Amino acid sequence: MSQDLPRADELGLIGCHVCGLVCRDTGAEGAHCPRCHSALHRRKQASYSRTLALLLAAFMLYIPANVLPIMRTASVGDIDDNTILSGVIELWVKGSPDLAVIVFTASIVVPMLKFLALGLLLWSSRHATPWARRQRAKLYRLVELIGYWSMLDVFVVALLTALVRFGVLSLVEPLPGVVFFGLTVILTMFASMSFDPRLIWDGRESDD
Amino acid sequence: MTDQQVPSDLPEPVVRKPRINASFVWLIPVLAALVGLSLVINAWMQAGPTITISFQSAEGLDPGKTPVKYKNVVIGRVTAVTLAKDRSHVTAKVSLEKSAEGFATADTRFWVVRPRIGLGGVSGIDTLLSGAFIGADVGESKESRDEFTGLEEPPAVTHGAPGKTFKLHTDDLGSLDIGSPVYYRRIQVGRVVTYQLDKDGKGVSLQIFVDGPNDEFVSKSTRFWNASGVDVSIGADGVKLNTQSLATVLAGGVAFGAPLGPHDETPAEQGAEFRLFGEQATAMAPPDGEPRYIRMRFDQSLRGLKVDAPVEFLGVPFGRVVSINLDFDEKTQTFPVIVGAVVYPQRLGRAHDKLVALAKARGDDAQLSQMMGRLIEHGLRAQARSGNLLTGQLYIALDFVPKAPKVPYDPMVKPLEIPTVPGSFDKLQEQLAEIVDKIQKIPFDSIGQNANATLAELNRTLKKVNDDVLPEFKTTLQGAQQTLGNANNALSADSPLQQNLGGTVQEMQRTVRSLRVLTDYLGAHPDALLRGRRADAPPERNAPPAPTSTQEGSKP
Repeated sequence: MSQDLPRADELGLIGCHVCGLVCRDTGAEGAHCPRCHSALHRRKQASYSRTLALLLAAFMLYIPANVLPIMRTASVGDIDDNTILSGVIELWVKGSPDLAVIVFTASIVVPMLKFLALGLLLWSSRHATPWARRQRAKLYRLVELIGYWSMLDVFVVALLTALVRFGVLSLVEPLPGVVFFGLTVILTMFASMSFDPRLIWDGRESDD
Repeated sequence: MTDQQVPSDLPEPVVRKPRINASFVWLIPVLAALVGLSLVINAWMQAGPTITISFQSAEGLDPGKTPVKYKNVVIGRVTAVTLAKDRSHVTAKVSLEKSAEGFATADTRFWVVRPRIGLGGVSGIDTLLSGAFIGADVGESKESRDEFTGLEEPPAVTHGAPGKTFKLHTDDLGSLDIGSPVYYRRIQVGRVVTYQLDKDGKGVSLQIFVDGPNDEFVSKSTRFWNASGVDVSIGADGVKLNTQSLATVLAGGVAFGAPLGPHDETPAEQGAEFRLFGEQATAMAPPDGEPRYIRMRFDQSLRGLKVDAPVEFLGVPFGRVVSINLDFDEKTQTFPVIVGAVVYPQRLGRAHDKLVALAKARGDDAQLSQMMGRLIEHGLRAQARSGNLLTGQLYIALDFVPKAPKVPYDPMVKPLEIPTVPGSFDKLQEQLAEIVDKIQKIPFDSIGQNANATLAELNRTLKKVNDDVLPEFKTTLQGAQQTLGNANNALSADSPLQQNLGGTVQEMQRTVRSLRVLTDYLGAHPDALLRGRRADAPPERNAPPAPTSTQEGSKP
């Protein structure tokens, strides 16, 4: 029924993302909102390539983040370097399955979910398929929502490093892995930010 | 609403030059890729060779954690531990660091450092907390290798440690072990590195390492001995107990020292070979020189003679018994005992030197057999003597026996045979036997019979005496009694004989008294003999005061 509704694009209009002012689309390069001076664009600028680039970078950093150890716990001469996965396994084995599940979700499931979800969104919007648009939109909102929860691990390491400083008795040190992991999370957050969900709807055929 | 009307008073956007090109965003994945690549390259550059070390057990080895250390610097890490297919050992895969490439060479040794507590001390305590690690010791080889067999015990000597290695030969290992201490003047200066059985199985070769700078005390004439034992000696000055440290008594050890007297003091070279003696006394004894085999033939039982029993020459330890065999002599149908012994002529010291010199001067062969020939002419004989009366142990004594019967001696016979005489104890036995023989020859039977006859005769005689002599004797006794009664009567107090006798005695008393008066007088007046008796003395002589005064004066 709303099939006939025109897009702002089609009406030669452009809305400011920041203050919501609607301007006339002159089609000029580098148009800015006359009210708040933020950049105006019909869709997020180079949304597809930005998201893809950021996603790729995040994925590349995700490999060292998982391979390299993120944290060193030293207690009375026993030095233990843990990667994300080995930490999860150790938590599980040593009797805290609940914590293990939380860390696993935050550090493994969520980033992977983001890679898959954004990848799927990018691919589908590239091909402008009308397939499951509403679900895709929901998926995007989910990705936006859970994105920063992945920082949990980084915070845990940062907190422990600051708190556990008992010299020889007990010591926690961050290792390079956590930097890569933090970068991965930030990059995925940027990636999901630079993705324009309106691309989902751009295919005309079934505007449901 | 549905009209596609666009209000005309919409504001126009302000146009500004875009500051950055959107395609710069691709720099991010490129950077990420660069970072990742640099990590990979870094890891690849840092990765040293991967080696495998096999151990008997994986105790303390933790994949991904157990480090490999050289001089306490981590040079690698165990990445995996797997069981061998035949389950006889475990294989630890170790990735060495790039800087530790030199450790993958043929003569590098690896061992697991675990806490060890032994009699010799405690080591590896730090690994109690930190967990075991693999120790490494690199050699000088340049030949690369990636499969190693780990040592089960830490090596006693690490490569490049200052000091020298020496080789010791001994008959048996005793209580020595790898790591057993080596003492010099009871200070530990080294340890046993390895030991192995000689190829012919006739001895044990030990390798010891003496730390610098003490290795220079090992000179060419140094003597080594096994210091594990407790040395108890009973001498003229009492009982002496001689031991190294208590730990050595329990765990064993080697001690060395210079022999007494002048000796070669040039330091021994690396790898010099020495003999390891059983105890200090034998080690310090002058060198034995060439051993000689001699043989002795004893005709009596040699119960108590054992292999290794000493052979003494005039009380000087000369050698030891090496074999005791029974022989059969068809002619005499006896079983002589053939005793083989090894003797060391050089133990005789100067006597040996002089004998050799003498033999040479005479133009004889300086051989032991020639020398012995002359000595045997002078009565040298072997004798099995009792060394200990309690246990009956025998030793062989070579001694000059006076008036020894001459024996034929052939110096050409090999091995040299020394004539024997029966041992002192055997002689005693023989003499005892002779005495017993003599006693046995006494005709106790006939003596008994004779004695029996004599006793019967005696019996008869006694009977006769009883029957004939006794009644006579009785009457004789009665006669005697009568005579005695008469004598008694004659001697009684009131008998005339007695009275006569009393009168005679009184008369004699009187005579004696007057004689005394005469002699007294003559004593005082000897002139009376010539002049006759003088007139009586004046009367005051009888006045009593003088004797009373003297009597009272004597009283206090």
